[in-house]
Amino acid sequence: MAIRIVGVDLPQNKRGEVGLTYIYGIGRNSSKQILNEAGVDLDTKVKDWTDDQAAKIREIIGAKFKVEGDLRSEVQLNIKRLMDIGCYRGVRHRLGLPLRGQSTKNNARTRKGKKKTVANKKKATK
Amino acid sequence: MSRSLKKGPYINLKLEKKVFAMNEAGKKSVIKTWARASMISPDFVGHTIAVHNGNKFIPVYVTENMVGHKLGEFSPTRTFRGHSGNRK
Repeated sequence: MAIRIVGVDLPQNKRGEVGLTYIYGIGRNSSKQILNEAGVDLDTKVKDWTDDQAAKIREIIGAKFKVEGDLRSEVQLNIKRLMDIGCYRGVRHRLGLPLRGQSTKNNARTRKGKKKTVANKKKATK
Repeated sequence: MSRSLKKGPYINLKLEKKVFAMNEAGKKSVIKTWARASMISPDFVGHTIAVHNGNKFIPVYVTENMVGHKLGEFSPTRTFRGHSGNRK
């Protein structure tokens, strides 16, 4: 019986502290906070949680954290705002280039995506 | 690193004075400025500010969403016309 929290299946065989981080918006730090507050030992495996503990964890996440869909939409809204007001960061979002002043002559592949080879690109002539 | 909170936001004094004067007089005209580093304060909303980009002044109409950003963010300093092979 898998434990679902806010629509995410948690991995059964991981420690609680790590298991919770499979939820978008919860990292190690907030995971620790949640478990401490729920009074669950950090080392307890996810499958060993009792129903009460799971309920407590759900309650805490529901009350204090913005996770999954809500968080994703918030991030998207922030990006959309930047694009709408036409500021530099917004423009970079539109172009799919890095926002924080990184060099784009080489690399920057995370933002630019897979390499598109340009045919007959001229080598700089002396 | 972000700016110390103790100092408060940097808002160009001369610019602020001009905006206050316009708010009081209730009129609107374009202000030219070189103060790209100046934060947009809530008083600026609804005014048009021409921000220098090193070459010419780019008119920026300030809306509510822009408060807290800096003027320079809305006045790009570089022109990119696409790469040579990118026709069509």
